[in-house]
Amino acid sequence: MADDPGVLSAPLIIEYPFTRTTGPVIGAFLTGLREGLLLGIRTGDGRVVIPPTEYDSATGEELHELVEVGPGGVVDTWAWVRDPMPKHPLAVPFAWALVRPDGADVGFLQAVDAGSLDAMATGMRVRPRWAAQREGTIHDLECWEPEG
Amino acid sequence: MTDLTLPVSLQGVELVRSVRTPARLEYTYTAGVATTRFLTGIAAGKILGERAPGGKVYVPSRGADPQLGVPTTEQVELPSVGTLVSFCVVNVAFYGQGMEIPYTSGLILLDGADLALMHLIQECPVADVHIGMRVEAVWVDAADLGPTLESIRYFRPNGEPDAEVIQPGAGVTW
Repeated sequence: MADDPGVLSAPLIIEYPFTRTTGPVIGAFLTGLREGLLLGIRTGDGRVVIPPTEYDSATGEELHELVEVGPGGVVDTWAWVRDPMPKHPLAVPFAWALVRPDGADVGFLQAVDAGSLDAMATGMRVRPRWAAQREGTIHDLECWEPEG
Repeated sequence: MTDLTLPVSLQGVELVRSVRTPARLEYTYTAGVATTRFLTGIAAGKILGERAPGGKVYVPSRGADPQLGVPTTEQVELPSVGTLVSFCVVNVAFYGQGMEIPYTSGLILLDGADLALMHLIQECPVADVHIGMRVEAVWVDAADLGPTLESIRYFRPNGEPDAEVIQPGAGVTW
């Protein structure tokens, strides 16, 4: 029926303008992104996790010490996206990867713009590509690209 | 608040406290054959209702009588004049509103119809809006007519004496 040329149709866009408070820790993480810095947080057993959390996921203990990590990092694991969707961060084929910045003990899910599938490898070194205009959101970190 | 230690490079900078996270859903709305008939009429400057075998005239018609469960069978052109049968004065601003508050949204039962249309009531102070008020449609210029209810800018009082209001649906038995 929708394809019937005689039946009218029109775009219908529904938008809810939420503003979300970040809390102190994610707020500091986003502040770091705005300033071009990656922040992790130190857990009770001395590991550094990124993005930082307010509480230790193993013990529930409150965490306090934000530390700068990166800027370079390592790809721990990845999956290639051959056909990007409209909402993906890049319009060209790219990799979703767990990127572990230098000094951090865990990776976090990020987009890697490697140009081609052949350029991707587990263990490869990557560096952040920052957005030209940064506003304190996750989009300030546009994606990662191969080092060198 | 958590007692946080920030790296030296971030000490003294203004901290992010909130982020905008709009949720957006993009649909294509398909009007269906009955609403297409109605909107095609609107684009021609006419308000078209549809009569069901039981005699009720629906506007806009969904193509069937919800009471009898049978298709509407006859197209009926309705006048641009009717009676306000219910209304709401909007005093609260909300996102995407596009109207200056306060304003009135009303249900208008067009003469000859058995279902009320929702539209704006203008050219009348909100304090004077009342049930039973006779109103008329104010259309956009002929060149600006399109298949949208925005082709009717709003309804305004037409100066006739108030009508007795029989709520739509009154007397319906199931």
